[in-house]
Amino acid sequence: MTNALHLAPPPTHGLLDDYRTPDFFCELMNRKVPAPPIIDCIKKRLSSLQIQELQNRTASAEAQLYRMGITFTVYTDREAIDRILPFDAIPRIITADEWQHIERGVQQRIQAINLFLHDIYHERHILNDGIVPADLVLQNANYCQAMVGLDVPGGVYVHINGTDLIRDQQGRFLVLEDNARTPSGVSYVIENRHMMLRLMPDLASGLPIRSVEEYGPRLHNALCEVAPTGVDDPQVVLLSPGIYNSAYFEHVFLSREMGVPLVEGKDLFVHEHKVFMRTVMGPKPVHSIYRRLNDEFLDPLAFNADSLLGVPGLVEAYRRGNVTLANALGTGVADDKAVYAYMPRIIRYYLNEDPILDSVETHICAEPEGLAYTLENLDKLVVKPVGESGGYGLLIGPQATRAELDDFARKLRDNPANYISQPTIGLSVTPTLCGTSVEARHVDLRPFAVTGRSVWVLPGGLSRVALRKGSLVVNSSQGGGSKDTWVMAS
Amino acid sequence: MIIVSPTPLLSRYAECMMWLARYMERMENLARLLEVTETFVRNAEGQTAWDSILAINSDESLFEHLHTTAQPAEIVPFYVTESRNPSSLVSLAQAVRENARAVRPLVSIELWTQLNVFSRNLLNLRNGDMAEHNLAELCTRVRQDCQTHFGIAEGTLYRDQAWLFYRLGKALERSDQITRLIDIRYHMLLPRSEAPGSDIDLTQWTSVLRSAAAYHAFRRLRPVTLTPANIVGFLLKNDGFPRSLSTNLRQIDETLTLLAAHDNLRKICSPLRECVAELRASLQDQTAEEIIIRGLHDYMNWIQNQISHLQNAIAATFWPAPVCPDAAAAIIADQEQN
Repeated sequence: MTNALHLAPPPTHGLLDDYRTPDFFCELMNRKVPAPPIIDCIKKRLSSLQIQELQNRTASAEAQLYRMGITFTVYTDREAIDRILPFDAIPRIITADEWQHIERGVQQRIQAINLFLHDIYHERHILNDGIVPADLVLQNANYCQAMVGLDVPGGVYVHINGTDLIRDQQGRFLVLEDNARTPSGVSYVIENRHMMLRLMPDLASGLPIRSVEEYGPRLHNALCEVAPTGVDDPQVVLLSPGIYNSAYFEHVFLSREMGVPLVEGKDLFVHEHKVFMRTVMGPKPVHSIYRRLNDEFLDPLAFNADSLLGVPGLVEAYRRGNVTLANALGTGVADDKAVYAYMPRIIRYYLNEDPILDSVETHICAEPEGLAYTLENLDKLVVKPVGESGGYGLLIGPQATRAELDDFARKLRDNPANYISQPTIGLSVTPTLCGTSVEARHVDLRPFAVTGRSVWVLPGGLSRVALRKGSLVVNSSQGGGSKDTWVMAS
Repeated sequence: MIIVSPTPLLSRYAECMMWLARYMERMENLARLLEVTETFVRNAEGQTAWDSILAINSDESLFEHLHTTAQPAEIVPFYVTESRNPSSLVSLAQAVRENARAVRPLVSIELWTQLNVFSRNLLNLRNGDMAEHNLAELCTRVRQDCQTHFGIAEGTLYRDQAWLFYRLGKALERSDQITRLIDIRYHMLLPRSEAPGSDIDLTQWTSVLRSAAAYHAFRRLRPVTLTPANIVGFLLKNDGFPRSLSTNLRQIDETLTLLAAHDNLRKICSPLRECVAELRASLQDQTAEEIIIRGLHDYMNWIQNQISHLQNAIAATFWPAPVCPDAAAAIIADQEQN
């Protein structure tokens, strides 16, 4: 039977027809320079998709993530709510050339960070030479006395690192911050890929997308490489605060990918300065610990005496070289927002090279000229507290009201050392499904690097999008979502 | 054949695998019991004998504590949505979820995904929903969800030590559940069936079988007469019925044997195996009639105590409370000697 409706061609309104990107660099639609063919190919494939189809696929993806428990937990006063990281089905593309630049830049930065950490816990050349103010390092809340004079295997302090990158209006990659303590999010990189291949096989078909599957084995290898010397077949474990931690899914994911036990503090004990785990076959020695527990909770004997999450005696076992902690203690000095300002100089000092990845111009409010500049230009700057993460407590000048600016200026004068400021960057955007249309949303990129004997960067990364229109804050705790990141092999 | 992974099983994982299986099994039993009770179980006045469930689960005092009046209408929510009752469906869903989260690195993604969805659905159940929900329908769904879980476990769990603790939990729980059911139902029905010449209440006796999913299996044996001893005998001693006491004691025995196959565990498993051997022997040595004459209640009681003793002994063997430094030193020294 013929139906008139079937004869009429479907409305040919492309997914990206109404897409607008005022001024910003757009990862897909406005690359300022002629786009490589692979971008055009993806653009064409996306255009043939109907908005309804994209909505359906997104809804199905989010339901699937929820069912599989790929969630983080948000605690309110009354209950614990499992939330998924909202998933956007339009991938973020990184070309082979761009990736080569990022990869080299991240490797360079991690080399410098490890040399810096070794130095500040040993001879302190960089402080004595006046490159970085001694107070900033030695008085830093994250500076760890237990690390002074301690040699760590391979000189590696930061085994797992996440570097937050943004792109400015010209598309230049800039380092926004380093995450050298216990960076999270890598599980989403891999799970987003699985979701994407399931959801958009037609979009990915035949493209030279680099695989992200290697992360688990690479991480396990690196942790074996940095195990105490003389151990043939090191036992690696992942130490988690437990099932109520908001990132527990990621801990499960990583221990599964590495094939190692996920332990809690109570599963471990220290005997004669050696670490053991409790198994059904009795105590079993442990050599490398990927800990997803902050320094202060690791060992009630060394730090926070009230902590029930840690292992009594762990730090002393570590100091005696009987166990490796990844990351090392006291790495928080390296990703401090004030130390960040010196990172280009730190790279030049240790490697005698120019930084491959640029940083965002940063004013240190602890310094009189930095404070003066910040106060004068408050309405044009982003001001960040140095000790906070997760996008809390920051001021975005251009978006603040007069009253908010005045209020912030007071806080700034009261405690200038707590703040740095940076110009607002016209962050790059990427097409993102927002309700019933595809719109431009700001995006960042967190590549993950694993360091054992050498630095390896996972060819991919966490692309976080600020789902609120105009918002520059991409953190998951502040309503951000995520995208699959496709690094192209060619 | 059991694989010993290169990394020995973490004690906490063993504990959680065992309790995951126990709570899942308990949930399935409770759902079936609620379903059968609503449909078949009647008291002398012909009303649904909800209070028998309280006795089976030894929950009388908690129920009285939470409810000033022992209204039968309150018993259903007490077993479905009452979070203060540790044996309600909601509490069991919570317990299952916590144990499953702990062993999530170990179990298959398929197993976790199914459990994640159905336990959350149960946790979202509110008292208000009960009016709309047909109880039998809810219970059927829960029972089927539990059975789906056991199917996924059978089909996807890696056969290493974790699997053995899971199997132990399931068999221990079934052994416990079947003896409770027999004990309580038998004594509820006894006064009437004991009267000389009185017909036993057929519906009520078959409901005991139905509560254990044993009705059709029992029928296939084509017993000449349906007597309490027949039924008790079937539930305790039939080696082919998957929920009978004898089947589950055999499974516990076999599982411990597999665990003990590893050199390091042979010695510490032997007291556990002796305990099971004693239980099995006592069951083999008596007919159902003899058990009833000598006192069914005392025997069921003894078995329950032995099972609880076995559970404690397993815990003390495989996940002892955090050892003091001296004890740890002794264990490590012992290990180094071997």
